[in-house]
Amino acid sequence: MTDKREWPLWEIFIRGQHGASHRHVGSLHAPDAEMAIKHARDVYTRRREGISIWAVPANSIAASNPSKKGPLYDPAEDKVYRHPTFFNIPKEVGPM
Amino acid sequence: MYAQMVKSEASQDDPVKLAEFQARIDAGEKIEPKDWMPDGYRKTLIRQIGQHAHSEVVGQLPEGNWVTRAPTLERKAILLAKVQDEAGHGLYLYCAAETLGVSRDEMTEMLLDGRMKYSSIFAYPTLTWADMGAVGWLVDGAAIMNQVPLQRTSFGPYARAMIRVCKEESFHQRQGFDIMMKMCNGTDAQKNMAQDALNRLWYPSLMMFGPSDKESVHSTQSMAWKIKISTNDELRQKFVDQTVPQAEYLGLSIPDEHLKWNDEKGGYDYSEPDWDEFFDVLKGNGPCSVDRIAARQKAWDDGAWVRDAMTAHADKKAAAQVAAE
Repeated sequence: MTDKREWPLWEIFIRGQHGASHRHVGSLHAPDAEMAIKHARDVYTRRREGISIWAVPANSIAASNPSKKGPLYDPAEDKVYRHPTFFNIPKEVGPM
Repeated sequence: MYAQMVKSEASQDDPVKLAEFQARIDAGEKIEPKDWMPDGYRKTLIRQIGQHAHSEVVGQLPEGNWVTRAPTLERKAILLAKVQDEAGHGLYLYCAAETLGVSRDEMTEMLLDGRMKYSSIFAYPTLTWADMGAVGWLVDGAAIMNQVPLQRTSFGPYARAMIRVCKEESFHQRQGFDIMMKMCNGTDAQKNMAQDALNRLWYPSLMMFGPSDKESVHSTQSMAWKIKISTNDELRQKFVDQTVPQAEYLGLSIPDEHLKWNDEKGGYDYSEPDWDEFFDVLKGNGPCSVDRIAARQKAWDDGAWVRDAMTAHADKKAAAQVAAE
C-alpha cells in the first residue's frame, strides 16, 4: 500500500563560515526535522557553504502580505533623519 | 535548451491588472510567489521550470552510465560529484516550480507519463569515456549559456535557483574540457575517441537551444515577461563562437564543412542541425528515450517503500512525542 502523502516542505537556513546570521538558502521536502537537516547537508552544503543548518517547517512561517507593502512600510518613508547622511557635519569637525 | 519549445499560455486576465503586472516586469521588479500574476505566466513558468528540472534529473542518467567505468578513482569521484550536483540542481528547480502551486509528485508523474518533457540532448547515448568529456564541455557549456541570462529572469525563485546552479555549473564544463584535453594529448586512438564524441554530440548540442524562434509568438510573450531572456538563435550563435576556438585548441575539427568565420557579423556561419530529428526526439523517439523514462519509472517505483517507511517512521516519532507531552 503506497502512502500518497508528500513529505512536508522545510525552509533551510545556513550560517556561513564567518559568523554571519543564518541565511535562507532554499527549501526541500523531508519526512521530519532530522531528515530535513540531513537532506539540507546534501543539497546546500556540498562545497562547505556552512557550519550550521536550521530547518523550519514552511507552514510555520508567518509572512507579511506583499500586496499590503504600501501601508506596511509607509511609516518609514518620511523619516529620512534616521539616516546619518541627513545631518551635515562641518568638514573642520573631522570624521564622525 | 534544458527547456525547449515551451509553449506560452495566453492570459484571460483583467487588462488593467495585466498592464500593471507588465509595468512591474519592465521596471525590473522580481515577481514573488504570493504576488498576483497572470494565469498564463504561472502556467508557462510551471512548464518551463518543470522541464528544466526534469532535464537536470534525467541528465544524470547518461553520466551515471560511466561512473562505474571511469578510468581512474579520481575521475570516478569527480563524475560522482558532478552527477550529485545535477540532482541538487533538479531539487532547486522543483522547489522553484512548487512555489507556483504544482506539487513535486505531480511533476514526477507528468514526466513519467509524457505530459512533461526533458531536454532532447539526454535522449542520446554516451558510448565511450570521451563522451563524458564532450558532455561536460559541450552540453554543460550550452547550459551555462542559457542559464547565465536566466539569473535575471523575472520570477524570483527561478532567478535565485539559477544563481545557485550557475555557481556550480562552471566546474562541470571545466571538468569536461579537462577530460577532452587529456584524451587529445593521449594516443592516436584516444584522440580519435575524442573526435568521435565531438562528431556525435555537436549537432545534438546545437539542438539544445531549440529551433529558430524569430517569429514565434510563444517566444515573444515569454520575452516580454522576462522568463526568456535571449532568443534561441542568439544563444546558439554565442555557443558556436565560443566553442570553435576551444575545439581548435584541442586540435579537433567541428563536423561542419560549412563552418566559416563571417567578418561582417563577427561570428561563425554554421550548418543547422537536422530539425526533423529534433522534433522526433522531442516526441519521445530519441535513441535512448524509452530507456530514460524506464529508468526514472524504476527509480520511482523501487523507491516507494523507502518513502513510505520514512513517512511511517516520522509519524511514529511524532506520535511518541505527543504521548510524552
